[in-house]
Amino acid sequence: MPTLVSHPDEVKVVSRRFGQGAADIDKYLELDGYKAVQMAIEKGSEWIINEMKASGLRGRGGAGFPTGLKWSFVPKQSEKPKYVLVNGDESEPGTCKDHVIFLHDPHSIVEGTMIAGLAIGSKMGFIYLRGEYRYLLKIVEKAVADAYARGFLGKNIFGSGVDFDIVTQSGAGAYEVGEESALMESLEGKRGVPRIKPPFPAVVGLYGGPTVINNAETIANAPHILLMGGEAYAKLGSERNGGTRLFGISGHVERPGVYELPMGYNLKKAIYEVAGGIKDGKKLKAVVPGGSSCPVLLPEEIDVGLDFDQMGKAGTMLGSGGIVVLDETVSIVEFALRTIAFYQHESCGWCIPCREGTDWIKKTLTRVYQGGGNKKDVANVQYLAENMMGRTFCPLGDAAAMPTLGFVKKFRKEFEDYIEGNKAGTPIITVQQLVGAH
Amino acid sequence: MSEIANTIFSPEMAARFDHLVTIYPVKRSALVPMLLYAQDEVGYVSDAVVAEIAQRLDLLELDVRNVLSYYSMLRTKPAGKYNVQVCTNISCMLRGGYEILDHCKHKLGIGHKEVTPDGVFSLEEVECIGACCWAPAMQINYDFHDDLTPEKVDALFQIYRDGQGKDVK
Repeated sequence: MPTLVSHPDEVKVVSRRFGQGAADIDKYLELDGYKAVQMAIEKGSEWIINEMKASGLRGRGGAGFPTGLKWSFVPKQSEKPKYVLVNGDESEPGTCKDHVIFLHDPHSIVEGTMIAGLAIGSKMGFIYLRGEYRYLLKIVEKAVADAYARGFLGKNIFGSGVDFDIVTQSGAGAYEVGEESALMESLEGKRGVPRIKPPFPAVVGLYGGPTVINNAETIANAPHILLMGGEAYAKLGSERNGGTRLFGISGHVERPGVYELPMGYNLKKAIYEVAGGIKDGKKLKAVVPGGSSCPVLLPEEIDVGLDFDQMGKAGTMLGSGGIVVLDETVSIVEFALRTIAFYQHESCGWCIPCREGTDWIKKTLTRVYQGGGNKKDVANVQYLAENMMGRTFCPLGDAAAMPTLGFVKKFRKEFEDYIEGNKAGTPIITVQQLVGAH
Repeated sequence: MSEIANTIFSPEMAARFDHLVTIYPVKRSALVPMLLYAQDEVGYVSDAVVAEIAQRLDLLELDVRNVLSYYSMLRTKPAGKYNVQVCTNISCMLRGGYEILDHCKHKLGIGHKEVTPDGVFSLEEVECIGACCWAPAMQINYDFHDDLTPEKVDALFQIYRDGQGKDVK
C-alpha cells in the first residue's frame, strides 16, 4: 500500500481528502462531496466552462493544455452522442500520482466526470484505468456503484432532468494507450494504435462523437475548482499555471512520495526540502523532472519553478509531474540505455521513425554500454533522435527522442569518456540483464 | 442467460460477460477487459477463449488475436498460479529493482517469463507499474508490494506458497 507523505509546504486541494477514508461515499459526502456537481447543475454549462477557464487549470497528463478551453471546443450541437473520457492509463515511468487519487478519493473522479459531462452536454463518461491497477479499478467501480445506488448517477441526476452514466474500463498493459487517440482505439476494442490528427477528439473522438478526454488528476480538480471558484484556484499557482499539482518525487531522495505543491514551486526546494534531499548524503547528478520522456536537468539547472512555462524555458517539460532524482553514482550511459529500452519496448510500430529509431538508438547504446562503442556513436544517436522528432502520429516518438537528446547533449563528455574506457558512475546491471527482457 | 451453448467460463464469468456486452454503445468495446478477465479465470488466453470471445462479440477470431497480441498483460501460455512481476524501470532501477529481480530469479530458479516446475510461481520483468514513489515494487498477480528488500520478497513468497497471499481479481 502506498505510503502517504506530508510536508508543511504542501497546499492540499486534490489531496485534501487523502487518508480520511473518502473512498466511502458517506465520508466523501461529509467532506463536501457531490456539492460541486449540484452547483454545476444549477448554474449550467457556460458557468462551468468559465470557472474552469478562470482557474487556469492545465492538463495534468503532461501536455498542459488549458482544460476550460478544451471543454469549450466541443460543439454544442452534435448529431452523434458526446463523451467524457478519463485517462487513468498512468504509465509514464516516474509517475504514480493518479494511483493515489484512485486509492484515496475515487468519488472526486466520479464527480469530476459528471461535471465535465454537464459542461459539454454529454450523457456518458468512461473511466479507463491501466490493467495493472486492478485493485484501484475495484475501488473506482465501487464508487460508481455507490453513486448509482444513491441516485447520483443514471436517470435525472439530482433532479436536473439530465441523465448521466459512467462506465469503468480496464486496459491490459500498454504504455501507448495513454495517448488520447490510442486510448479511444483501445476503448473501442482495438489495438492501441494512435489516430492521425486532425480531426481532434473534441470534434471526432470516441465512436466518432465529440469527446473530451482528460487525465484523471485534471478531472479530480474540477469539483474543487467549482467549490472554491476558478479565480481562487488560479491564485494558488503561478502565472498562467493555475492551482496545485501532485508531484511524485522518486529515485535517490530521502523521502520519496507524492506531494501536492503549488504550481511554480521551486524544483530545488522540492528535492532538498520537501523530499528531504539526496539519499545517504550523496551528491546530485541529474534530475528527470516530469516522467521519463522529459529532457534531463543538471544540478545547476534545477533552481527553476515547477510550471509548464518555466520548465519549458529551462529546456525541458513539466510533463506528468514525476520527478526522478539521480545521485552521483548513476552511469548516464546506463540510464539512457534503460530509458530507450523502455520506449523501444513500448513503440507500437505504426510509425517507422519511432519503430526504427528507438531500435537503432537502443542497439547503438547497447554497443556503447558493452564497451564496443566508437566515436561516431554519440553523434549517430543524436542524429537518429533528431530525425524522430515531430515525425510520428503520436508523441511516443518525441517521448523517446527528447530524453535521449538531453542525455547525449548534456552528458556528451561522459559518453565520449565511456567510449574511451573511462566509465563514470557505478553500473547497476549488465547488458545481458538490461536487454534480457526487452 | 448466455447465448453461448457451451461456455468455457464459470457461470459467474459467463453472466458477467453477458452483462458487459450490453453496457457500451458498441459491443466490441468489451473486448480488451473480456480478454483480461477471461485470462484471470482460465490462466491464459487459450484458443477456446479466443473462439468464445469472438462468438460473443460477433468478431472473427483473427480480430480477437490481432488485439490480443498488442497488450503486454495478455498471454497465450499458462503462467504460474502466482505471477511475480518485478518492475525494473527507472525509479525502481535506482532503488534496487534489478537486485530484487535477480533475487527472485535465484530464489525461484527461473528466468523471465518462466514457470516453476510445480506451477506455483512464474516470473516476469515488467515496465513501470505506477509505484515509483514506493520503489522498488512488484506485483504478484494484481497485488502490489512496495519498498521491497530481498528479505521482504522471501517472506512474501512464503506467504503465497502457504496459500495466504491476497488474490485481487
